[in-house]
Amino acid sequence: MMGRPLWVRALGSWGFRYRRTWRGSVATSFAFPVLYLAALGVGLGGLVNRHLASQPGRPGLTALGGVTYLVFVAPGVLVGSAMQIATSESTFPVMGAIKWQRLYEAMLATPLRTGDVLAGHLCYIASRLALASGAFLAVAAAFGAVHSPEAVVALPVGILTGMAFSTPMVAYAATQETIVGFSVVERLVIVPLFLFSGSFFPIAQLPGALQLVAELTPLYHGVALARACMLGHLVTLSSLGHAGYLLALVAVGAWAASRTYRARLAS
Amino acid sequence: MVSARGLTKRFGSSEAVAGIDFSIRRGEVFGFLGPNGAGKTSTMRMIACMSPASEGTLRVRGLDPSRDGPTIRAGLGVVPQQDTLDMELTVLDNLLVYGRYFDLSRRVVRERAERLLDFAQLSERAGSRVDDLSGGMRRRLTIARALISSPELVILDEPTTGLDPQARHLVWERLYRLRQEGVTLIVTTHYMDEAEQLCDRLVVMDKGTIVGEGSPRELVDKHVSREVLEVRLGEGGHERLAGDVRGRVERVEVLADRVCCYGDNGDEMLALVHGLGYQPENTLVRRGSLEDVFLRLTGRSLVE
Repeated sequence: MMGRPLWVRALGSWGFRYRRTWRGSVATSFAFPVLYLAALGVGLGGLVNRHLASQPGRPGLTALGGVTYLVFVAPGVLVGSAMQIATSESTFPVMGAIKWQRLYEAMLATPLRTGDVLAGHLCYIASRLALASGAFLAVAAAFGAVHSPEAVVALPVGILTGMAFSTPMVAYAATQETIVGFSVVERLVIVPLFLFSGSFFPIAQLPGALQLVAELTPLYHGVALARACMLGHLVTLSSLGHAGYLLALVAVGAWAASRTYRARLAS
Repeated sequence: MVSARGLTKRFGSSEAVAGIDFSIRRGEVFGFLGPNGAGKTSTMRMIACMSPASEGTLRVRGLDPSRDGPTIRAGLGVVPQQDTLDMELTVLDNLLVYGRYFDLSRRVVRERAERLLDFAQLSERAGSRVDDLSGGMRRRLTIARALISSPELVILDEPTTGLDPQARHLVWERLYRLRQEGVTLIVTTHYMDEAEQLCDRLVVMDKGTIVGEGSPRELVDKHVSREVLEVRLGEGGHERLAGDVRGRVERVEVLADRVCCYGDNGDEMLALVHGLGYQPENTLVRRGSLEDVFLRLTGRSLVE
């Protein structure tokens, strides 16, 4: 086929639809980090910083890697919210496009193939993540939570972490007949990960066995990587490991999704 | 335009389409007539390259759907059984979004969209949300949308199911105009009047197979008598009546609520029934139709 690649045309239709709601979406993307950083970074963080400074032996802020709580928590919330956005964008809209509005079927009656439909949707989700992560970084900088130029890399890290959840979730969503499973995933996977993957406190605080569990979760690697960016020690071997883990998850999820999409849409 | 040999579609162990042959010529309106579950939609989806054939060969515009899906679909318009319109977008935006899938420039899409809205008699509703349209309007919009790429072949899966008579006639009239413009149309339907009105040629499908083929007139001439007498008796007695007239008319069928007698002259058959002493509750003499063809070929009515 000549002309624009087929998946770009699928992406274009999501963009077209987004034009109707972009104002609300952009406003939310900025409001969310403001709320989180004000409440946790400034409000709760004030208490945490004072408490740590008054400990016997004055360990200061070493428990947080030598930074204030605001600086500590900002990258955690950045990737945590990327995960949440990715999950919600990869569940209900997929179900809607398959069953409710039948948007995918409409696309598949045109030159687009299932792989194009999938790739277009994933790219749209990645764009949403880019917007959210970019807005988060801008707000974090305004709060004084950015300490290194390497922080700009936290933007692709937000996209990468989000996509590590998105691709397996769309693969799963394409197999579902109802939305019941989505809220189970939300409650049993997403919320615990958000709370216990090192976003809000170092996982060293967890009991030994749970530390190991936390280290196996994808969000932990996203948090660690984003934090390395924001604090300016990105270039380490462990960063490579974190990124490799997340990339592998994106790839496995995309492979699974290409199978579940074909099974669901081209039978 | 389309040809199939031994075309088969299986879902697990069930066979939705069981090895059918047909060929569709350029510029004709070709119908697939059959009850729900006959395999019409599965056949349509294979022709539209939206579902791979399990077996057999299929050629659409000379190309192989398993290899050239995107190229075939670029010249194909599809009107699916269930509308796939974007309910949140306006009527015009639905056409604009769809045209972009075919990589038409914004200018071309806009020009065509305006022309097609006019064709579908929806120009005044261009800015309305699809949600606010009636069923007939949505159907016309779906048809307009399928035409955005100026296809030479349009597939319509039950184009008028669920529409009121007025809305149906409007759709038929628009489809007739398309045919006059030289567009090849493939229509599935379980309405015999739709098949009779629209189709140049059709196949009758039942349980995944083709049981009859030809123009509506040919099918009726071949399988059914010129005239049909329908008799409804007050209480039962249908079997007895059938026994009494059998051998004296061409053929007789007993249905749930009536007896159909087939022959060249309906009035003579009616006189026979009266002469036998029956006092029917009501009777109807009519021409043989595709409904009778279906009954003859499958032993069942088209719409149950």
